[in-house]
Amino acid sequence: MISIDNKLYIRDIDTYIDPFFPVERAIITHGHADHAKAGHKHVLCTPETSEIMKIRYGENCARSFQTIKYGHSVKIGRISVTLYPAAHILGSAQVLLETPKHRIVITGDYKTILDRHLDPFEVVPCDLLITEATFGLPIFKFNEPEMEIERLLDNISKHRENTFLIGAYSLGKAQRIIWLLREAGFSDDIFVHGSMDKLCDFYQSKGIRLGTLRKATLDNKKDFKGKIIVAPPSALKDRWSRRFENITRCYASGWMQVKQRAKQSQIEIPLVISDHSDWNELTNTIKQTGAQKVWITHGREDALKYWCEKNGVQAEPLSLQHRDEANEL
Amino acid sequence: MKAFSNLLSDLILTSSRNRKLSLLEQYFSSTPDPDRGYALAALTGSLNFKNIKASFFKNLIKEKQDEHLFDLSYDYVGDLAETISLLWDQEKSGNMPRLSSLFENLKKAKTDELNNYIINILNISTADQRWAFIKLFTGGLRIGVSSRLVKQALANYGNVDLDEIEKIWHGLHFPYINLFSWLENKGSKPKISIYDIFHPMMLAHPVVMEKDLAVANPKDFVAEYKWDGIRVQIVSHSEGCRLYSRTGDEVSKSFPEIIKTIQGDFVLDGELLAGINNDPKTFNDLQQRLNKKAPSEKFIKKNPCFIKIYDVLFFNGDDLRDKTLLERKKVLNSYFSTNRSPMFLSETIDFKDWRFLDKIRDISNKQIHEGVMIKSVSSPYIAGRPRGKWFKWKRNPKNVDAIIMYAQRGHGKRSSFYSDYTFGVFNKEKELVPIGKAYSGFTDEELNRLDKFVRTKTINRFGPVREVEKTLVVEIAFDEMSLSNRHKSGIALRFPRFKRIRWDKPTNEVETLEQIRKSFLD
Ligand SMILES: [Zn+2]
Ligand SMILES: [Zn+2]
Repeated sequence: MISIDNKLYIRDIDTYIDPFFPVERAIITHGHADHAKAGHKHVLCTPETSEIMKIRYGENCARSFQTIKYGHSVKIGRISVTLYPAAHILGSAQVLLETPKHRIVITGDYKTILDRHLDPFEVVPCDLLITEATFGLPIFKFNEPEMEIERLLDNISKHRENTFLIGAYSLGKAQRIIWLLREAGFSDDIFVHGSMDKLCDFYQSKGIRLGTLRKATLDNKKDFKGKIIVAPPSALKDRWSRRFENITRCYASGWMQVKQRAKQSQIEIPLVISDHSDWNELTNTIKQTGAQKVWITHGREDALKYWCEKNGVQAEPLSLQHRDEANEL
Repeated sequence: MKAFSNLLSDLILTSSRNRKLSLLEQYFSSTPDPDRGYALAALTGSLNFKNIKASFFKNLIKEKQDEHLFDLSYDYVGDLAETISLLWDQEKSGNMPRLSSLFENLKKAKTDELNNYIINILNISTADQRWAFIKLFTGGLRIGVSSRLVKQALANYGNVDLDEIEKIWHGLHFPYINLFSWLENKGSKPKISIYDIFHPMMLAHPVVMEKDLAVANPKDFVAEYKWDGIRVQIVSHSEGCRLYSRTGDEVSKSFPEIIKTIQGDFVLDGELLAGINNDPKTFNDLQQRLNKKAPSEKFIKKNPCFIKIYDVLFFNGDDLRDKTLLERKKVLNSYFSTNRSPMFLSETIDFKDWRFLDKIRDISNKQIHEGVMIKSVSSPYIAGRPRGKWFKWKRNPKNVDAIIMYAQRGHGKRSSFYSDYTFGVFNKEKELVPIGKAYSGFTDEELNRLDKFVRTKTINRFGPVREVEKTLVVEIAFDEMSLSNRHKSGIALRFPRFKRIRWDKPTNEVETLEQIRKSFLD
């Protein structure tokens, strides 16, 4: 048996997964701030995640990085660690901890639907599945993102007098939206908030085509009619966004499934595009891994726990704090 | 139905008034008769349809979805129509019927067909369409669009004055074919007899002292008491008399003795009060009458009513609405030079400056006045709430500090937030007792913070109600405090609302029940 505790600490090998305080050894699932912190001594992650951490926190954000590609393993003590694609953002990984008799999978944040700019999610059979549940309610059922993008483009073509400000996380979501727009044939320049251009460059350097991006600065002010600006969600409400005229606020997130939430955040075009799993993806994954035990790290735990128990799977919520991202607008 | 559900989805997420107007205009111009008429009726709350109960839809979804998962989802979303629309799966494709056929089919359907008809509609629709469908047929769209805004869109569409539409509105007939044909210049303006309809009332703005009155000259205004009854419109001619409430509902049947007595050819505006011979009793006394839809003669004798008149819209066939208030008052003065019981002229208050009026408003009889009304002498009678013409100056509100005890979700756009709060103070036994409920007075930002407070400080759940840690002090403003044996605290507050949230104030500094009773009830 591998022993792991409710803070995702593996005693055997003195290693934490996604710890939110500096530790000796950490395995990092992906580069989002609620999972990747600066200041650890030794970090194990995918090559992309290490690059992202260095872009965000500086070259010296950890004393040493050890990187392994998807599907590759390292042995730490008696435990073998393998990383598998989680299809959440570039470099995001599920962690398999394995001894000959015991398999634990920590999904990190993940989605299972095909997202062609990322490696596809792989189901990793295991005894204990430690999963997220950000959208763990049956109301969350996400349509194809292409439909959402089409709706946005349709709106833009009808209202060329407006400026379309899309709130999207600087890492992952922003690039995915831009990529989806390009895939849909949108070839116009796209303007991006200053906080995300480095990350966009990084995605481009990995062969993900984002087309011509320009900084959304005031010198370009005249150009914004009928244009798309991508900015972090927090910028939608602060002074930064007031410089643009005739704004239509859009927000790309699974939360946008609930109209009342969109309305409360004054979002006029909700784009229900999520980098997390919806209800069906969560429950299917649990079934497919064959896990007899499920721990739920964060999100809407009640419903998923209930579903697990109804389906004969033991479940326990960990209620990890600092992990309930996204619902901040 | 597709177009209408798109319209609703767009409207609920649009905050700009101009964009709402253009969405509505677009809809009216691109949707054929009679569907747009059905939509117009739905949007203005004039649709005559026996609503389907929310519990009907609830039962349908519970057949498809685990009950506990439904409850958790509903608790998260807050809005029933939206919860169901998201939980239901689109099972097959099919053609959504047009709005008008949807209504007619539902109206025609026999009870045993209704179930299957509705299930089929839910099965073939998208989540947005289901949401619009459920909202539409359970009544109350609550999408942040007032009737007035819809009428403004009609006015823009037909390039006519909003006032022209307001004036004929209550005489128009569903599904508004002749209205649209007039707006599109294909037909003449619908003709409506002034006696057939309710004429929308002129309403007042609340006074914000510095802004409204500082620059105004008292000589340009008349003042009256703001009577604490119900606003009514009296429409009388040779064939009889009708009474309408402020919202245009006919209330004649509740006051047979009044409509029987009134004679003449006019439309008047006034306040209905309990009492006799121009001597008003309290609103509570009037409430007795309002509760009875068809009062007996004996009951009427025991609870008589009369009307204080303050304005006239039509007199002997003349439309006086474009005349000044001064001119209209002259007509009233001469009419009321003889006894017209049960109608009496509402007296004006002589005043020289605002300060004097300010005093009157606070010392006037608390039981029957709510404060004073101030009206520009030159104001025509304009339907709605025109700026700078009429003001209501209520008595100064009073404040208490209290502690949040329970919270519940709000409605409409607030339905996913805990926005209804029960608050209380300590009694002699050091026991926290509720003294009221408030739903308003906070900003969206404060609501976000309050909501977070509730979610993290819940100590108990009773159905939809959450009991929270008793740590948060709020300053509550209210209009009046009265004794009440319905509440454990023994007091009741009139129109309580949040004034400030005292995030830092310790609960032991809150005044006790005894202290606040002493300061407000003696
Ligand atoms: Zn993440
Ligand atoms: Zn996360």
